Amino acid sequence: MSQEKLLEIKNLKQHFKLGRNNVVKAVDGLTFDIYKGETFGLVGESGCGKSTTGRSIIRLYNSTDGEVLFKGENVQGKKNKSELKKFNRQMQMIFQDPYSSLNPRMTVMDIIAEGIDIHGLAKNAEERKAKVYELLETVGLNKEHANRYPHEFSGGQRQRLGIARALAVDPEFIIADEPISALDVSIQAQVVNLMKQLQKEKGLTYLFIAHDLSMVKYISDRIGVMYFGKLVELADAEELYKNPVHPYTRSLLSAIPLPDPIYERNRKRIVYDPSQHDTSEEPEFREISPRHWVLCTSKEFEEYKKEKQNTVTN
Amino acid sequence: MEKILEVKDLKVSFKTHGGEVQAVRGVTFDLHKGETLAIVGESGSGKSVTTKTLMGLLPKPHGFVKEGSITFDNKDITKLKESELQKIRGKDISMIFQDPMTSLNPTMKVGTQIMEGLIKHQNMGKAEAREKAIELMNLVQIPNPEARMKQYPHQFSGGMRQRVVIAIALACNPRVLIADEPTTALDVTIQAQILELMKDIQKKVDTSIIFITHDLGVVANVADRVAVMYAGKIVEIGTVDEVFYNPKHPYTWGLLGSMPTLESDEEELFAIPGTPPDLIAPPKGDAFAARNKFALEIDFVEQPPMFKVSDTHYAATWLLHEDAPKVEPPESVKKRIESMDHSEEATR
Ligand SMILES: Nc1ncnc2c1ncn2[C@@H]1O[C@H](COP(=O)(O)OP(=O)(O)OP(=O)(O)O)[C@@H](O)[C@H]1O
Ligand SMILES: Nc1ncnc2c1ncn2[C@@H]1O[C@H](COP(=O)(O)OP(=O)(O)OP(=O)(O)O)[C@@H](O)[C@H]1O
Ligand SMILES: [Mg+2]
Ligand SMILES: [Mg+2]
Repeated sequence: MSQEKLLEIKNLKQHFKLGRNNVVKAVDGLTFDIYKGETFGLVGESGCGKSTTGRSIIRLYNSTDGEVLFKGENVQGKKNKSELKKFNRQMQMIFQDPYSSLNPRMTVMDIIAEGIDIHGLAKNAEERKAKVYELLETVGLNKEHANRYPHEFSGGQRQRLGIARALAVDPEFIIADEPISALDVSIQAQVVNLMKQLQKEKGLTYLFIAHDLSMVKYISDRIGVMYFGKLVELADAEELYKNPVHPYTRSLLSAIPLPDPIYERNRKRIVYDPSQHDTSEEPEFREISPRHWVLCTSKEFEEYKKEKQNTVTN
Repeated sequence: MEKILEVKDLKVSFKTHGGEVQAVRGVTFDLHKGETLAIVGESGSGKSVTTKTLMGLLPKPHGFVKEGSITFDNKDITKLKESELQKIRGKDISMIFQDPMTSLNPTMKVGTQIMEGLIKHQNMGKAEAREKAIELMNLVQIPNPEARMKQYPHQFSGGMRQRVVIAIALACNPRVLIADEPTTALDVTIQAQILELMKDIQKKVDTSIIFITHDLGVVANVADRVAVMYAGKIVEIGTVDEVFYNPKHPYTWGLLGSMPTLESDEEELFAIPGTPPDLIAPPKGDAFAARNKFALEIDFVEQPPMFKVSDTHYAATWLLHEDAPKVEPPESVKKRIESMDHSEEATR
């Protein structure tokens, strides 16, 4: 993994109106970088702003505040048509809701080939077809599927169509919003292996949004934990699982269901109570050990660092 | 145990211009009162189609029941008229669909959609339904429900939409609840809360639940029994302990072996090799044979029947035939089962 920054997200905010005098701060001051060739995992509670983060990065929304730089260039800035086209090809998104993101009136062939057509990536009809067949196979479907329509597929099969479509234009950066949650474990494993292999071969960079923590840990180099629009913890994947610090991260880890019925019958969850923090001081994102960041007050910062030293010396 | 639903040799197909897709190819199971039966299995194996058929929701005319019966209240659901089905749907049997957007109307406010079922099936007045809808949204942990009632589905996050669908399904205390990947879009903490909520409601009204999921951790948490599907058939069924601690079908081994553990750091995850069979022309013998390294010659010729492992545990694999060679599950699966050692329960 290089230290070259592919994406820099600076104080990103995305607020939505809710009724007349209510605002949902879906994303509320996010700052992090994604390095070239890495997989950055983003996890957190339902509704905490993960999809909105992805959608703001890829410019589906005009952000309320903040900046997103892709290779040093502001993505929100004004662009002419050809610049936009280039940008769209470099950055692709696999959407959380596979059904509503696939045009029901188009065949699978045309859905997957859409990007190939727009960017002129196939010399002729033969090559176009061959590419689509190859992509279908890559995601564990077969060429017989090419002439079918989205509604003829199962939930997991549709999700794979979304993946094939994103891969079709050879992007550099893929935002994968829950790309595998709708898949059974064996196909999850196939897709994750595939994403890893493509990453190795093509140097792809991923923002991987998910809630399945064992998969996220497996695929990610670094993981950010989000809570109500803010990052509360950010660390290397191993470190986050071995030494979670923020109480929300801890509660999240304690809730992972294991395929072990007896254990599940006796499981104890740690419940996160946000009111446990001292609210008189605005918490900040601080580095408690190299590359391990936690949102905390100055007092919590001292405690976390001390705890951390104890676990290291023990 | 009292049976509430009996599915017998159900076969469901779709006419497509490529040919007839045999999505469900002979499924038999009972659902007992008050139990949770989990259905797991490969993507495309017929889980959703089976359960949609239970609700009489096959897309007509190209989706149809070829054979078999579904008995509920002494009636065969596959033979009922649409008007009769409508009385059952959403009242006696209710369903949480896999794709929440397909069961929500994008042009209708979320609150109105929750209230609709309450007004129709529970004979509630508008004001009462409104109150109940807010209560339901609270139950599924949607913050600020009064304001949220007035929003449209696209203004909700993926998991929030799914929770709305769950709220609608729970609204009328159904006797049978079919939940198709209900918690797939939810993070583990909210998932755990929703599962607890479903169990509470189950205890209160003795609902029977069919729970489709691919998350084996969730299965371990909610299920009393588990059915494993592959290519349109149930290949193994048993109590949750039997299927997790003593799996018999090679496909079940493959499933259990594909899950990463939090401790694992292998370079590559185990994935069952190959692709599932084409259901337009399913193979002659055991549909899993081509991907099964334990396959016997007979697997390519003849479909295995269900062999009995115990009174509650059955699996469709020739490996259980008395003349078959004795085969052990793969090392990775054995290791995983051994690692679930509960002899020192207190220390875990
Ligand atoms: N287009 C929109 N208009 C209004 N509010 C929105 C819109 N999109 C998202 N929101 C709100 O922003 C918040 C964050 O939503 P987002 O979809 O980013 O969550 P998420 O973390 O992806 O959750 P999930 O895991 O459930 O998919 C939610 O409260 C949601 O209702
Ligand atoms: N309307 C339809 N027309 C044609 N084929 C269909 C239709 N609906 C489903 N199928 C096919 O039937 C098979 C079973 O689909 P089903 O949706 O039951 O799978 P599933 O087990 O629920 O999978 P997943 O875990 O991916 O949701 C699949 O091969 C699918 O392609
Ligand atoms: Mg989302
Ligand atoms: Mg399904």
